[in-house]
Parts: sequence; C-alpha cells; structure tokens
Amino acid sequence: MTVPSAAPPVLPARARKALSGVGRSGPVAWMAIPALAIFVVFGIVPLFGVLFLSFTRWDGLGAIDPAGFANWRSVLSDPALPHTVWVTFEIMILSWAVQTPLSLLIGTFLAGRQRYRGFLAVLFFIPLLLSSAAIAITYKALLDPNFGLGAGLKVGLLTQDWLGRENLALGVVVFVVSWQFIPFHSLIYQGGVRQIPTSMYEAASIDGAGRIRQFFSITLPQLKYTIITSSTLMVVGSLTFFDLIFVLTAGGPGDATRVLALDMYKRGFQANLMGPASVIAVLLVLIGLALALLLRRLGGSTTASQQEGA
Amino acid sequence: MAVATSGAGTASRRTSRGAFNLRKLLQLNWFGGAAAWLWLVIVMVPLYWIVVTSFKDQTAYFSQNPFALPTAPTLANYRLVIESDFPQYFLNSVIVTAGTIVPAVAIAFMAAYAIVRGAGGKFLAGVNGLFLMGLAIPLQATIIPVYLLIIRMHLYDSLLAIILPSIAFAIPLSVLVLSNFIRDVPKELFESMRVDGAGEWDMLRGLALPLTRPALVTVSIYNGLGVWNGFLLPLILTQSPDKRTLPLALWTFQGQYSVNIPAVLASVMLTTLPIVLLYAIGRRQLLSGLTAGFSR
Repeated sequence: MTVPSAAPPVLPARARKALSGVGRSGPVAWMAIPALAIFVVFGIVPLFGVLFLSFTRWDGLGAIDPAGFANWRSVLSDPALPHTVWVTFEIMILSWAVQTPLSLLIGTFLAGRQRYRGFLAVLFFIPLLLSSAAIAITYKALLDPNFGLGAGLKVGLLTQDWLGRENLALGVVVFVVSWQFIPFHSLIYQGGVRQIPTSMYEAASIDGAGRIRQFFSITLPQLKYTIITSSTLMVVGSLTFFDLIFVLTAGGPGDATRVLALDMYKRGFQANLMGPASVIAVLLVLIGLALALLLRRLGGSTTASQQEGA
Repeated sequence: MAVATSGAGTASRRTSRGAFNLRKLLQLNWFGGAAAWLWLVIVMVPLYWIVVTSFKDQTAYFSQNPFALPTAPTLANYRLVIESDFPQYFLNSVIVTAGTIVPAVAIAFMAAYAIVRGAGGKFLAGVNGLFLMGLAIPLQATIIPVYLLIIRMHLYDSLLAIILPSIAFAIPLSVLVLSNFIRDVPKELFESMRVDGAGEWDMLRGLALPLTRPALVTVSIYNGLGVWNGFLLPLILTQSPDKRTLPLALWTFQGQYSVNIPAVLASVMLTTLPIVLLYAIGRRQLLSGLTAGFSR
C-alpha cells in the first residue's frame, strides 16, 4: 500500500516510466533477505510462539507439555486480572493526558528559532539519554522518606512515603514517565509545527485571528497526524513500561502499580509459569494492535499508514 | 506520500526564513514559554541533585542542604562504583551496543534500499508491510518465546543472546526511516549510474550510502540509545555477573548499596556520562534526524 506510491511527484513522467521497469525486476530483493531473516526469527516467530506457548505448560526449564485452554481459563478467571488491566489503562491514560498537552505547548514553543531556544532544547532532552533503570533508581533515592530529598530539605510535604502508598505510587509512576518522555514528544511536536506552511498563519493574521485562535484553528488541526503518531507511541509504549516500574516500585505497594508487562514477568520468570505468562503476553499484543489500529482509524485517511507506529 | 510531505517540510523551513516570519509569531507564545521553562526546571532539578550528591560523602549528604555544592568534594563514591566491576559492565555494554548497531543498521540499510529500488515487486511490498506491522507490536511481549529460542540455540547467558533479538527489534524503525531518506535521492542519479553500467551494489555504496549518511547516523544513535539503556533482554537472557550490562549492573548495585545514596547516584552518573558526551558531540544530528524521522 505504501510502496507503490513511492515515486516522488516532482519526477517527470518520462523518467518515472523508464524507472518503473527497472524497479519491477527482482535483483535487489536479495538485499532485504538478511533483515527479513533475523526479523522473522526473533520477531515474527516469537509472535506466534507466544500464542503457542499460551496453550502449554512450561516452567522455563523442563519439557513443554500441551495444556489446552487451562492457562486461558485460569488467567481469565483470576480475580487479580481486572485490577492489572485497570492499572495498565490508568497509567496509560493518565500519562497520555499529562504528556500530550504539555508536549504540544512546549513543542510549539521550541519550534521558534531564537538561539536560546536551541540551548533550552539541549538541556531539555537530557532525560532522553538516561536509561529507565537509572531514572527509576534516581527517583527511588530522591523520594525515599528517610534518606531522600524531602528528609534533606526537612520539608514535611516532601517526606511522604511516596512509593509506599497506593495512590501516591501510581501518581509517581505517571510523573516519572512524563519526566522521561515529555522531551521526546515535545521534539516530535517541534518538528511537526515547523512543517506547517507559514502562509496559513499569514492569512489568518491578515484576517485578524488572534494567537490563541490561530493555535486552535491552524496549529492543532495541522498537527493531526503528529498528534496521532505521538499518541500511538505513548499508548503502545506505555504497554511496555516494564523496566521503569520494575525498578521503581516492583509493582507495589501491594499490586498498586502491577501493570500487564510486569504481571507477565512475574508470572513467567518469578513464579515459573510460562503458560499463564504467555496468555498475558498475547493480551498485551492484542491490546497494542487494537490501540494502534484505533488511533489510525481516528486519523481517518490512508496517509495515516505512513505515520502509524513510527 | 512520505516524499511529498518531507519535501514540503524543507520548503516550508525555507520560507519561514523569508518575508513573513513564524518566528515573530512564536516569540509571543508566553504560555508555551512558561510551560517550557517550568518543565526545564523540573527536568534539571533531579539532574543537578544527581551531580552534586555524587561528589558528597554520606555524612555530608545527611548534614547538608541537598542542593548545596559539596564543601569537600570526594571521588570516593566513584571509586567504590569502579571497584564494583563497572569497567567490565561498561565493556559488556559497549560490545552489546556495537554488536547490535553495526549489523542492524547495515542490514536495515540494505533492506531499505531494496524496498525503495524494487518498489512494485510483491515480495518487497510484503517485506515492507511486515516491518511496518512490527512497529505497531510491543515486541517486548514476545520475550518468553525469545527466551525459549535463546535456550534452544544454547546462547543463554551470553552477550550474543542480547545482541540477536536487539538487532531484530531495531529493524522495523530503521528500515522505515532509512527508506524514507533513500526515497529522497533523485531517481535520475540512479538512472545515470545504471546507464554507466553500475550494478545495484555499486549504486548502494556509491550513491545511496553517501547521500543518506545523516539518516544512518541518526538511526544508529537512536537504536544505540535503546540498546545501551536496555534492561529487559539482559535481565531475562543473562544470569552471571560477568555478563551484566550497565542498566542491570545499576540495578544490582542499587540493591546492594541502597542506603548509600551518593554512591548510587555516582553509579547513575558513570553509566550516563558516556552517553551525555556522545550527545554533546552528535546532538544536532540526533535531534534533526529524529524530527525528520517522526514528524510527518
């Protein structure tokens, strides 16, 4: 769907015609083989493998035995599952709702070209460089009620047991996620804003539209696909917030921040129940695909296929 | 589609320097400015805290204001971290990152070249579709079968166990970004090389490679960051301490020294510093490349 439309419109028709003949023959196809092979082995095969394993009994070491629907029955009737799904969506939606408006605002601002904005951007993007493990460890230390920042500053408000209380812990996860990813999404919006033709703003200001009006009637609609790209990354990405939550809260306190990805890890690699863990993994893949498709549908036109996922 | 839009992007960039300026307009964006500066403070406070604290000893850490500069800066925390085998973990991370990125970018580039040059072929369209699908799937969800594969290949607890799946996970996005850039190479150039008798391999090396070098650097940095910072694959596919990569080492170090916050923060500093240095060098490329790759 995307490939045939590849010819750039600037190309004269004559040249395009001459080239399509060359392109159609297959001698270049072999160049795609190495990438295809390794992606199939470690990407596609495991995708079906996880479905297969969800119907087996395996402890991670011994033999793999068929188990029929036993895993599916036990996972789907597990009273803890709705909570895990709920927490996953809660973190997904809250972190989307925090990140999107802020990234939009900041990205629009950074799209300006003053020098100090460049400087701002350099500092701003440092969180992009840190590993989730490093970020989680830093916040764990920073929020420690006895040894952390609050204790050091002797500010009562800051010395709460941030990671020890259910609602606070969830809020902390959302905040840390935003801290980590807002710079990245601001960058995406910055790029998007810079591609909006200036003539549109020109026309609008001649018509007397104010800045806020311009933001809502030009910037926002023009950024439609950028918003979809960014939201897809946020939403699908939030399904894989494993390392951050694993290091920061390990799913706690209790199961307050036990998201699906962590649930999969705990069932599989701590309880050695690979079958039920695979069921969770299948659910993760299905939720991810469904959300990606839904967001693409929201995009409306087929152009979205270019933006999707990327 | 991709070409048309990215072409329009450069065009509008040019006009924005022209008569009417977006600049002036955006200059007045007080609300966005306030948000950006506020968020900058939120970003910088923990980072500043990491830096100053990592140079304090534990007594100073407890007695001083957390934001004060260390009165007697010490490197003892860094010594402790380095003596905890961090050079070994650093080396492991370098091997895993380089071992992933070099082959991943090379084969992704070849695939992207084939997809653009062989456009119209059913096979390559299918391959492209497969990679695009890979973008929408949380690949981490396939970790259990990957674990099974690695065990069956007798690669468990080796660095290669991390490298192979990392290459596979890096491919979809790399192919997408690189093929968008190769599409921007004027077809006439390929045609004239072909007329001169060049084969596809010559065109790949002599034409596509030099013209897409910025994209190659971007894709390498972006994937390199992901691999360098990766946690799940090393956690699941290795076990012995001498196979640890830095993020995993950070986590175990933190488990050991959780009360010694200055030492923990020194370990964070040491694992991040190489990346920050690289960022300082390659920042322009990374930021502009990411923008070109994502904002369409």
